[in-house]
Amino acid sequence: MNITENQIDEIIELEYNIHIFKIISPEIASKINPGEFLNIRISELAIPFFRRPFSVCDVEDEFYYLMFSTMGTGTKLLATKKPGEFIDVLGPLGNGFNIEDDFDRAIIIGGGLGVAPFPYLTRQLKGKKEIISFIGGRTKNDVITYGLENISVATEDGSLGFKGNVIELLEKELDKTDKVKSKIFACGPLPMLEALKILAEQKNIECEMSTECTMACGFGICQGCPIQSTADEDKFLLVCKDGPVFNSKEIIL
Amino acid sequence: MSKVDLNVKIGNLTLRNPIMLASGTVGYGNEISEFIDLKKIGAIVTKSISLKPRKGNKPQRILETAAGMLNAIGLANVGIEKFITEKIPFLKKQDAPIICNIAASTIEEYVECVRMLDNEDGIHAFEINVSCPNVKEGGLQFGNDIKMVGKITEKVRANTAKPIIIKLSPNVSYISDFAQAAKKEGADAVSAINTLVGTAFNIKTRKPILYNITGGLSGPAIKSIALAKVFEIHKKVDIPIIGIGGIMNWQDTVEFMIAGSSAIQLGTVNFIDPTTAEKVLSGLTDYCNENNIEQVSSLTGSYQLN
Repeated sequence: MNITENQIDEIIELEYNIHIFKIISPEIASKINPGEFLNIRISELAIPFFRRPFSVCDVEDEFYYLMFSTMGTGTKLLATKKPGEFIDVLGPLGNGFNIEDDFDRAIIIGGGLGVAPFPYLTRQLKGKKEIISFIGGRTKNDVITYGLENISVATEDGSLGFKGNVIELLEKELDKTDKVKSKIFACGPLPMLEALKILAEQKNIECEMSTECTMACGFGICQGCPIQSTADEDKFLLVCKDGPVFNSKEIIL
Repeated sequence: MSKVDLNVKIGNLTLRNPIMLASGTVGYGNEISEFIDLKKIGAIVTKSISLKPRKGNKPQRILETAAGMLNAIGLANVGIEKFITEKIPFLKKQDAPIICNIAASTIEEYVECVRMLDNEDGIHAFEINVSCPNVKEGGLQFGNDIKMVGKITEKVRANTAKPIIIKLSPNVSYISDFAQAAKKEGADAVSAINTLVGTAFNIKTRKPILYNITGGLSGPAIKSIALAKVFEIHKKVDIPIIGIGGIMNWQDTVEFMIAGSSAIQLGTVNFIDPTTAEKVLSGLTDYCNENNIEQVSSLTGSYQLN
């Protein structure tokens, strides 16, 4: 854990208010794994007060990438930064996805901006495992496919791809596919993760999900981000320190 | 450059400098020790310890506010046994003076905790939390009841020779009356202030944002209130004060000392910049050097009123 000042090298603007920062830091780029995050201090002033957690989106040579949309004060202020400016970064933090275990097919599930960690995961899996990606959104404007491979899309209003939610699409596809040993990697809104947890456990497919919770410090001292442990009724895990990626069986959503 | 004497005395307790880390903002020291050298700080006040482990509140526990935060963690802690076997040895190895913060829901429980911890030589003092706003057991809010604060102080005093610090609630009309009650029953110092009760609602669902409904407000948003409370105690009661409330840097630290604090605690700022304690230490030292202040303790209560 470390606090560093990192310089923004390039800013990529995608459609529908999605910003991607390409940031120079050989140190973070060499250390960070898919699913881990960085806690960024947007301003030296007291508003916005907390750091903002961002999942690492991709890593390339000495650069790492962050993806965000301007939702609130913090991200709006961050979006005003220009290439050449510096950001105050605490991290890498948390535990990411485990891609070392025994599986042949990676099933990536992303809802809305929940796709953020998957370009990096895709990069690491490419050539080693088969990858299929299911991406969901309310409308086609919420579907982000940047850096992903072999994509099927679901939108709730049917404006792009399958009409319905991404878990319904996944269920349909799972029924069709053969018995290749698969592992699911997911990130997205809570209702999506809840439905996925049920489906993955029903179909007996290993499933890791990146969870979210309002957090302040990002490394365990504020105790602000509890998530219920399955193993111990009397215990909360912390999203920041024990997660944000958990095996679906470890947690109760 | 002259050498500044940074030592401060708080009752029987001497600290190598006035910078302490506040309870509930640094856990039991292990995470923050990756950012700062705990040898350099005045003392670390541990996360509140209770007799039995506490799971704490369900989420949502925290919320950002304008220049601050609301928290309702619910005193999540490992319990006194694990604290003794697992947490104290680490802190002793770091050479960090430990002040143990104790939370309880009955007077007997406070006494029991102090008895169990009294022989631990790593513990330099007790800070008695009579004012956590986020736990309601038996509907009792010790921090608002002057007789209870006096009684808790008296019973704890009878069970330890170590310095006792009573952490006061700001959610009262006259905080100095509570400081007076603590002093009368033998407290060595008071720390002021704990968080202010606050809340927030979701305007779509109309539900409270925090699971606990209310939480404690902290951060720069409460600094001016905290300063006024410290000043009130300093004017009315002759007892060392440890100032807490929205301190972000060395300038805030100097201001709290001028207002009457013998030492200060850094709290919420640790979540934003866990290296703050070291920055405050060097900023405070430079300030003393530049202003020819030989002893940092001479700042305490040095306000100039007309």
